[in-house]
Amino acid sequence: MLVGITFLLIFQLFGEVIAYYLHGLVPGPVIGMALIFGALTASKRTPIGKLMQPTVSTSHALLANFGALFVPAGVGIIQHLDLLAERGLTLFVTISVSTVATLIVTVWCYLAIKRLIGGTSHG
Amino acid sequence: MDEGLWVYLAASPLSWLSVTLFVWIIALKIARALPANPLVNPVLLSVVTIACLLSVFHIRYQTYFAGAQFIHFLLGPATVALGIPLYEKLHLVRANLIPMVVALFAGSLTAVTSTIYLGRFFGFDQTVIASLAPKSVTAAVAMAISSGLHGDPALTAAVVIMAGITGAVVVTPLMNAMKIRDYSARGFAVGLASHGIGTARAYSVDPVAGLFSGLAMGLNALVTSLIVHLFL
Repeated sequence: MLVGITFLLIFQLFGEVIAYYLHGLVPGPVIGMALIFGALTASKRTPIGKLMQPTVSTSHALLANFGALFVPAGVGIIQHLDLLAERGLTLFVTISVSTVATLIVTVWCYLAIKRLIGGTSHG
Repeated sequence: MDEGLWVYLAASPLSWLSVTLFVWIIALKIARALPANPLVNPVLLSVVTIACLLSVFHIRYQTYFAGAQFIHFLLGPATVALGIPLYEKLHLVRANLIPMVVALFAGSLTAVTSTIYLGRFFGFDQTVIASLAPKSVTAAVAMAISSGLHGDPALTAAVVIMAGITGAVVVTPLMNAMKIRDYSARGFAVGLASHGIGTARAYSVDPVAGLFSGLAMGLNALVTSLIVHLFL
């Protein structure tokens, strides 16, 4: 597990270095995600595959608890209680209507194009 | 309890780190016991419980975050970890590439424009609108976009969480009502609309949904940061 977390941190670190030179256009962890994907793809023919094993198991454990990682930022809502008291209802309506509209448009476009090009279902 | 001990423990990072993890474990157990009820979302339960604890005991958010930041920090490595399922399920991604790209642009445009026009309709000022516009993007990126638009990044962090929880709560009943059984489509939609919190929800429902949700989250971070400037 320690090896796994170390690899993840190193990939993130590389990602952050590249993000610095891209002036923050793409966030470091997202670049790290692309890098780890690239490393796994390259590992098919090289000994990196064995090295990546602990990272794979650590990643699954981490992703199983992904939600927990948003709790500290979420509790930050208590710093905005004044705005919530004043504009809470309209803020809530704006966020929820937009989120539901986004869900519907996205899923509808996705399935419409999938049917159009005759893709197979993976449901 | 000894008053001095209480003061000592309340200020210690160890207490709030333990409280966050303990509350999360209980919330997760409750959510798993009631899978049919999407309102029982573990992120929502944990946030509400801890927010109540802090206000009852008059603890400042900064004091709480001093401990909870160790969990918050793991968001970076966890985002990197999303590269693993992407690799493992690459064939599914390849098979759905074109629908993904089209849905990405349509969804991203909907997320940004609907927020801006609803915000204007309700008479929010420009700073608030700029803070709300990137609400469907994962927190760290949304805060960077918001500050670039002269918004308030702290407010952005709060609305990002609201958008995340909203999507995580409504996605299952909404998709069931629309009779959509394609888990790649369901996952992609919730990751686009509700970033990491939607992705956490998607992983708890179906691994394929989780994968497409994580992809949508990463791609939407890119697209939103490019298109948001067209409307503000």
